[in-house]
Amino acid sequence: MKQKQNAKVLSQREIAPLIYDMWIETDLAAQAKPGQFICIYTKDKSALLPRPISICEIREDKAALRIVYRVAGAGTAEFSGYQEGDSIAILGTLGNGFPLEKAEGKKVFLMGGGIGIPPMLQLAKEMQADKQIVVGYRDDKLFLSEDLEKYGKVYVACEDGSVGTKGNVMDAIAANGLEADMIFACGPMPMLRAIKKYAADHQIPAYISLEEHMACGVGACLGCVVKTKEVDHHSHVHNARICTDGPVFLAEEVEI
Amino acid sequence: MNMQTTIAGVTFKNPVMTASGTFGSGMEYSEFVDLNKLGAVVTKGVANVPWSGNPTPRVAEVYGGMLNAIGLQNPGIDVFLERDIPFLKQYDTKIIVNVCGKSVEDYVDVVERLGDEPAVAMLEINVSCPNVKEGAIAFGQKADALYNITSELKKHAKQPIIMKLSPNVTDITEMARAAEAAGADALSLINTITGMKIDINKRKFAIANKTGGMSGPAIKPIAIRMVYQTAQAVKLPIIGMGGIANAEDAIEFILAGASAVSIGAMNFVNPYTTEEVVKGIEDYMRRYHVENLSDLIGAVQE
Repeated sequence: MKQKQNAKVLSQREIAPLIYDMWIETDLAAQAKPGQFICIYTKDKSALLPRPISICEIREDKAALRIVYRVAGAGTAEFSGYQEGDSIAILGTLGNGFPLEKAEGKKVFLMGGGIGIPPMLQLAKEMQADKQIVVGYRDDKLFLSEDLEKYGKVYVACEDGSVGTKGNVMDAIAANGLEADMIFACGPMPMLRAIKKYAADHQIPAYISLEEHMACGVGACLGCVVKTKEVDHHSHVHNARICTDGPVFLAEEVEI
Repeated sequence: MNMQTTIAGVTFKNPVMTASGTFGSGMEYSEFVDLNKLGAVVTKGVANVPWSGNPTPRVAEVYGGMLNAIGLQNPGIDVFLERDIPFLKQYDTKIIVNVCGKSVEDYVDVVERLGDEPAVAMLEINVSCPNVKEGAIAFGQKADALYNITSELKKHAKQPIIMKLSPNVTDITEMARAAEAAGADALSLINTITGMKIDINKRKFAIANKTGGMSGPAIKPIAIRMVYQTAQAVKLPIIGMGGIANAEDAIEFILAGASAVSIGAMNFVNPYTTEEVVKGIEDYMRRYHVENLSDLIGAVQE
């Protein structure tokens, strides 16, 4: 069940420039699934709307969540100042998460670009499949790649060529001659568009996690919609709600 | 202690409602609040056919509030009657349906379809959405247009009609008087205030529609002023809204002249707001020994 509650910050550190890694204690962890997200509220009351942030990891005892986020504005800057013991207002858990049961026994790509990498960690942890983890960064300031290595072979792409393949995650696939039966991905829109095309060309399913500006996070405001190929069951127009019908969609079903 | 409030012959258990467009048809927030505790659920605007709404981004945060330009996306009256009304009927709360359209005929169509549904207590006519190009606000910014659509809908409506007024006018009391003269049963105000935000890093509009309707606590003083002015100008009961975050805000609206209040954007900030406002008004009445909520309506003194 979705709930707004105060969680407790257990730890926080900067793991790459402007990329923060925070563990929070919350009983919402018990219901969390890979690919789901939480909304975090600022203490600054002039900034009203919660910030949707994906769940990076769920602690083994199901009592804490890890989020890894980029400071992108005043809200996330405020979060980055929280320290152990601070209280943090969250709403969760939101969205449907990745359909990881579909990957069982398959050869898969888990692809993350930039701040789309964090949800790949819990997914990689829980997924029973032959996992090839392909992650893209801007430069050599890598984050989470070592955590990901525990759960599969990691291929790194870097825009400036300083580590791994020079270019993006698609370049890394090509450079390493990789193949897969299925894709799970999260990252910037150009990357997701490239993955959608790749999946169509190779006739394999790609489950992509989308983001959009949100207000409510629970499906009421209709702020965060994505165009869909078919008429959506809820809206009865070609719009699905990213917060509640997603954030993960089968790439071929959305117009991105 | 009596928290009931009566608007156009319809009695609500308490004055707390939801602002159209912020609460869907209650389904999503029923996970957070007990809808039985609310005076009414005011639904998202419904048209005669499904509407796709505007492109994204549709929402943006601004200081003390937000902008939205959803564009009245809705599944249309057929789905609404099959799905949303049966859902709401399970609860002991009044149902107010917000009606939108692009032409008078569209509105009439929806109003007539809802006329056969006794569970619907009232209709709120959206003539003030700033985010759709045709219809809607075209009827809400000129007094004669508002008069015409109101009198036309009165001919067809079986339930009392609430005209939802736009703050994007020079004199809201002129609009209120036109609605009253045309036979409206009640007024609700304010709808959102047209605003704009520019992302200076991308050098783009924050909202695809360029403009969006502003809501949230930052607009509350404007809404209070308009409710007060309108209450002075007409005899119609008023449902007040605009940035209500807690019971204190709600009471301010009631003292300014509102018979009921709606919670809008703050549902997004605190999904429990509606129920908390009901409780807070009750506490206020107890603290000040107010026997009847109606004693507070318009009770502000000079």
